[in-house]
Amino acid sequence: MRGVNLEVADSEIHSVIGPNGAGKSTLAYLLMGLEGYEPDEGEIYFNGELITPLSITERAKRGITLGWQEPARFEGLKVRDYLSIGARRANNVSEETLCHALEMVNLSPALYLDREVSEALSGGERKRIELASIITMEPRLAILDEPDSGIDVLSLKEVITMIRHLKKNGSSVLVITHREEIAAASDRASLMCDGVVVRTGDPVEISNFFKNECKPCDMKAYTLKGE
Amino acid sequence: MDVIKLDVSDEFEAMEGALELAGGDASVFKMPHVSSLVVSGNRILSANQTEGIVLEKRSTGSGVDIELTIKKGYKIPDPVHLCFGFLPKEGLQQINVSMVAEEDSSVQLVAHCTFPNSEHVIHKMDASIVVHKNAFLKYDETHFHGEQGGVEVIPKAKVVVMEGGRYFTGLTLISGRVGLLDLDYDVEAGKDSVCELNTKVHGKGTDNIKIRERISLIGENARSVTKSRVAIADNAVAEFTGITEGHAPHAFGHVDCVEVIQGNAVACAIPIVKVDNPLAKVTHEAAIGSVDKKEVETLMARGLEESEAVDIIVKGMLM
Repeated sequence: MRGVNLEVADSEIHSVIGPNGAGKSTLAYLLMGLEGYEPDEGEIYFNGELITPLSITERAKRGITLGWQEPARFEGLKVRDYLSIGARRANNVSEETLCHALEMVNLSPALYLDREVSEALSGGERKRIELASIITMEPRLAILDEPDSGIDVLSLKEVITMIRHLKKNGSSVLVITHREEIAAASDRASLMCDGVVVRTGDPVEISNFFKNECKPCDMKAYTLKGE
Repeated sequence: MDVIKLDVSDEFEAMEGALELAGGDASVFKMPHVSSLVVSGNRILSANQTEGIVLEKRSTGSGVDIELTIKKGYKIPDPVHLCFGFLPKEGLQQINVSMVAEEDSSVQLVAHCTFPNSEHVIHKMDASIVVHKNAFLKYDETHFHGEQGGVEVIPKAKVVVMEGGRYFTGLTLISGRVGLLDLDYDVEAGKDSVCELNTKVHGKGTDNIKIRERISLIGENARSVTKSRVAIADNAVAEFTGITEGHAPHAFGHVDCVEVIQGNAVACAIPIVKVDNPLAKVTHEAAIGSVDKKEVETLMARGLEESEAVDIIVKGMLM
């Protein structure tokens, strides 16, 4: 990545779109502070505080969290316990909170609370459970990497509802996505290409530009021109 | 019903206390409808047997000899609870067990082994188990150890599972230090039988874990799973040897071992698969590695410290 300059406002849904290999997921990992994703140069600020040197945990304690494109498998860890971990940050570990989070991602608490977050669940189920764990955390910034991947198209609406729920509860949401529908539901969007944020603005405009006018070779020229 | 109560109330309470301190439930040993046996060192502190069970027990110089029979056709409704403990810091406890599940019987046994103060204690168990035709026997053993690492646990078992029999066994040692575990189980599985062997061990410090489990599928359509989950940290060492032999048509066995290492720990997994019948099939999988990075980072992104995240993942694997 190079020359990335991106700002996410309070309670804003901000989409990042772009071709495969543009650096969108790398941006997400870098913001969360994952091992191996430390910036060579540049700084990351959160709520006015420089967080570049902070660990993942320290960032999470400030309210930043990440939803992976392909969620982790946890052998032996019950959904109830997984959701409670996020809920503890929000000081809100109640049965009601956990059930509400599962209902938000269209999973029945009666069926899922005492199941394991392991390979026994499908990829889509694990994805929904990960999104539920983010809801229980009540984050200040949720970074969602392809939140709809592994979830069927019909459920895209649920993902958008969940993102809007986070916003309504005061979270900022940075969404890495390929979906026009998710981009269109955002307040702003940024287009990334070749490790650079090349344009930020109205999500429909950015999405249309990416879909209709942008070709890989054009994008390269676009970034080289420094626009 | 045969109830034995000796005047050993202080020791019994001490055993109860040790068990409950380690997270066990001692109330089961006072329930009249539950068969149970409590042994401290070589002393039989209490014994209770219910209909369908014959429990013979004898104190020896260094432990006890036990003969447990589930009579033909009896389905024992409540689990039978066994408690083996050793409260002094040093000594030997030798348990010799013979268990027989007669034809069409069914029983679940839960063994609680507690060694809270051990600095140099040897707990040896030599078991002979026979599961007769269409019988079901499940034996789960959970150990509660102190933090000194001064226990040597040496369980050996010879098991024969006859036609249509089902045998499930599990050993869990995740509370306190392991010390030395030298487990050696040998199972012979007959026609249409089902066997499952599970071990879950968490080693720390200089713990030394050796697990050898062998299943010989000698009967047609015999089935087995050998599953081992070992987590070791610091300078602990672990070696798992899972042997499954397919000798009969349509016999199927699977060996599954996962070992997670942290610090300077060293793990070794040896799945051995032998098949001499072209219609038999045995598979295996083994994985050794550190705790999955993505799992750790996911939990850290929910606010846990790295060490807390690793603890939760390891405990989950051993649950």
